[in-house]
Amino acid sequence: MPASTAPQSSYDVAIIGAGVVGCAIARRLTLDGARVVVLEKALDVLDGASKGNSAILHTGFDAPPGSLEQACIAAGYGEYLQIAKALGLPVLRTGAMVLAWTPEQEEQLPALIEKAHLNGVEDVAPLTRAQILEREPHLSPQVRAGFEIPGEYLIDPWASAHAYILQALANGAELFRGTEVLAGVYEDGWRLKTTGGPVAAAHVVNCAGLYGDLVDDRLLGEKSFTIRPRKGQFLVFDKAASDLVSTTILPVPTKTTKGVVVCRTVFGNVLVGPTAEDQESRTDASTDREALERLRRKGIEMLPELSDCEVTTAYAGLRPACEKQDYQIAHHSARSYVTVGAIRSTGLSSALGIARHVAGLLQLSRDALADPAIPLVDRLSDYHPRDWQEKDNGGIVCHCELVTRREIERVLSGPMPPATLQGLKRRTRAMMGRCQGFYCTAEIAEITGDRLQVPIGHDDA
Amino acid sequence: MMMREASCTVAVVGGGTAGLALARELKRLDAGSVVVLEREAQAGGTPRHCGHYPFGILEYNRLMKGPDYARRNWEEAETAGVEIRTGTSVTKLLPGGSLEVVDNEGVYRLNAERVVLCTGVRESSRPQRFVGGDRPLGVITTGALQSSVYLKGIRPFERPVIFGSELVSFSSLQTCAHLGIKPVAMVEEEERIRARGVFTPYLWLKHVPLHVGVSNPRILGRERVEALEFTDHKGRARRIETDGIIISGRFRPEAALLHRSHLEVDGGTGGPAVDQYGRCSDPAYFSAGNLLRPAETSSWCHAEAREIAIGIAADLRQPSKSESVELHIKDNRISFVMPQSLCLTGGRAGMSNVYLGLNMPVDAKLAAYSSGRLLWSQRLRSRPVRRITIPVAKLLDAGPDGPVELTLED
Ligand SMILES: Cc1cc2nc3c(=O)[nH]c(=O)nc-3n(C[C@H](O)[C@H](O)[C@H](O)COP(=O)(O)OP(=O)(O)OC[C@H]3O[C@@H](n4cnc5c(N)ncnc54)[C@H](O)[C@@H]3O)c2cc1C
Ligand SMILES: Cc1cc2nc3c(=O)[nH]c(=O)nc-3n(C[C@H](O)[C@H](O)[C@H](O)COP(=O)(O)OP(=O)(O)OC[C@H]3O[C@@H](n4cnc5c(N)ncnc54)[C@H](O)[C@@H]3O)c2cc1C
Repeated sequence: MPASTAPQSSYDVAIIGAGVVGCAIARRLTLDGARVVVLEKALDVLDGASKGNSAILHTGFDAPPGSLEQACIAAGYGEYLQIAKALGLPVLRTGAMVLAWTPEQEEQLPALIEKAHLNGVEDVAPLTRAQILEREPHLSPQVRAGFEIPGEYLIDPWASAHAYILQALANGAELFRGTEVLAGVYEDGWRLKTTGGPVAAAHVVNCAGLYGDLVDDRLLGEKSFTIRPRKGQFLVFDKAASDLVSTTILPVPTKTTKGVVVCRTVFGNVLVGPTAEDQESRTDASTDREALERLRRKGIEMLPELSDCEVTTAYAGLRPACEKQDYQIAHHSARSYVTVGAIRSTGLSSALGIARHVAGLLQLSRDALADPAIPLVDRLSDYHPRDWQEKDNGGIVCHCELVTRREIERVLSGPMPPATLQGLKRRTRAMMGRCQGFYCTAEIAEITGDRLQVPIGHDDA
Repeated sequence: MMMREASCTVAVVGGGTAGLALARELKRLDAGSVVVLEREAQAGGTPRHCGHYPFGILEYNRLMKGPDYARRNWEEAETAGVEIRTGTSVTKLLPGGSLEVVDNEGVYRLNAERVVLCTGVRESSRPQRFVGGDRPLGVITTGALQSSVYLKGIRPFERPVIFGSELVSFSSLQTCAHLGIKPVAMVEEEERIRARGVFTPYLWLKHVPLHVGVSNPRILGRERVEALEFTDHKGRARRIETDGIIISGRFRPEAALLHRSHLEVDGGTGGPAVDQYGRCSDPAYFSAGNLLRPAETSSWCHAEAREIAIGIAADLRQPSKSESVELHIKDNRISFVMPQSLCLTGGRAGMSNVYLGLNMPVDAKLAAYSSGRLLWSQRLRSRPVRRITIPVAKLLDAGPDGPVELTLED
């Protein structure tokens, strides 16, 4: 979407940032009857914190009891399970176990179970070593004890956010990508200055993720928190590894991190990660060999047979953490402005809950849409039917992930076509598999041609 | 909905060099109906992507470019009566020779008396080599470079760094030259280049500086590659400005199907465990070509595939009872042996060589024992990524009466 088609008319709400949180809020407010515009500075949606996470739909069992975070996770979790089927979103019902590997960790288990119960996650129950090994026979026998959280599931981190924003768009919201909010004035409504031209809106919701504090500073002239990005690197193992583990394996958390998780993905792989590295940079999501090797060793410690499994890929994500221990959601009602900041490590699970909370703060009192459109996203889960099994799929283009030509064409000509190769990968999984494009790079470069804003290569014309 | 079903005598998975040569040979031997399943739009395999010489010298007594050679293999197979189904992927291997197959019409089941896996090799990807840094556009393998340049006429970059120093890394120089792309360096993590030394002058000729013994490589760049950083062999931090990285070599079998199947996988090669007939742990399954062992030249795979076809034809006439001995590695400098067992019955068809891989340079005596008795030995001076073979006939003639143990004696 070129900047020249800049938004002109006035909206009820301007949402800054199309991460999973912004997308969920756009959906909620649109369904509630508001005229919404989403302004995203990157060329595509989900290019910030939401681009790389563990993809766990958390119950919130370990959130601080009584916190806003806990409330939003609980509400978000509930709504996700309610709408997943209608939106075509996969849910892999794996459950999770928190495992203790040392006597010190074992001592912490009862308190963690009690906290889970306090958070309303009633079905959390202790497991003995024997029970754990019976369920997960490939785990290292070093494990001592643990407890299960049957309701922790795995989801598609990109399809869910895409589904939110697509549903908003299908019901009248507008999205402008490549459009950075630079400044704004409030006089009985907001006039925003963006790289794509001026935008007028009655209310502003700041969902700028890793830039949340800076956007507050730009628009309110003050900020009440400072983002301290915390990087998390992951190692992704080949699909063959998914035979080794079915439940999500969580460690006993420390003060700053949930620790290294071993879990499957809805795409059929096994993830080991994330690391937790505080850094200054809001953009540096690079990986490093030492950390990846450490993750590999850590994974093998828990699941020894991982040593025979191939690595498929590695990636990193940045958590928009800040100096405080909870989400920073604040309504500046005098200026019709809501900050939704520091949604650090649970935003995927809580997004729909945050959206309801924000709708409650804004009190727009519009009439909810009577019969909203429900567009479907392509279901890319390895555990559900896929396009390649259907007729006239156009043939398989990406052989590792079994992505068809029809799927690729569909997103390229869809309502929110990808602007970058990364965007295409997130929407289709093309090139995300074990060969990382050895076979299909050339074909995908040809199919996409100049339809991406950043083409893969140049025609040798 | 009923699943479509079909049947044939032999189903060949993968229509590259090995698959096509093997299928043609089976038809010549009158082995029944032979179907080749190839997932790409055209059969021919990797050579179809290699728009350079030299291919075909041994098979066709001619110096050919890859695509011409691939077409020739295809034509020979088709003329012999092989049915070639392109745009057709095999997605699952089931016990007894049954395949789940996908094409534009959806999924179907193909039941074959024998299945031959010929799915070839690919290069290790960047993450498999633990190359850290950002994830910009412009990091591709030689294979992806070749298909971009030769098949689609796309230039992925202008002045890339070649990461790796195997034969295929040098062939990427040729591929670049084809479009006037100018590599700015070749970088290797080992202490010496992995290809034979005769190739080094080629780098001087092209003015491409070589860095060996580098460590901790990092790729930098926002949208596209901007630089490669690494620590050089003297421990100094280095940075090369570049707009692309060619990740080359470190071949590994394209064994995705295998890993999710009932067939036994060999940890050393990463391919199926086989005997010299290419027979897998399920006797309805065979394998040929580079899937067996990364990675041989096309001519070599072509010849070996025909040897394997002869064995399969014989097996179809009369399934041989497989009385076999295993081959065991007794020195950790040896990284793999293929085949992993020798069938003692069934005459002399099948592969003529046992292949060994090395982890490190070796200067020693390579010896094969069975029940403590020396079957064969030879002086071995070699570096990794070289062809090391033991004639199958020598081992069989010596009459192994138990597992064959392969050792290195200094
Ligand atoms: C390693 C890791 C593991 C995680 N695991 C899980 C998990 O398993 N389960 C879970 O629930 N959560 C998990 N999370 C957390 C989750 O990913 C985040 O909470 C969530 O992505 C935050 O989304 P966001 O929309 O707030 O921010 P972002 O995704 O960063 O979105 C903000 C957007 O605002 C845009 N923007 C910024 N400034 C401007 C501007 N001036 N104008 C216009 N646009 C602007 C940015 O480009 C960006 O797209 C994990 C996170 C990480 C990093
Ligand atoms: C990048 C690269 C460069 C090379 N350069 C040279 C060279 O210059 N000279 C030389 O002699 N050799 C070269 N080789 C080696 C040569 O290509 C191989 O020796 C030869 O192609 C091996 O034949 P093959 O049949 O085992 O594999 P391939 O020729 O690779 O054929 C495998 C076929 O299987 C198909 N396939 C895989 N999985 C499936 C599935 N599930 N369903 C259906 N079909 C499937 C693939 O699409 C492919 O067509 C190169 C190899 C590579 C990877």
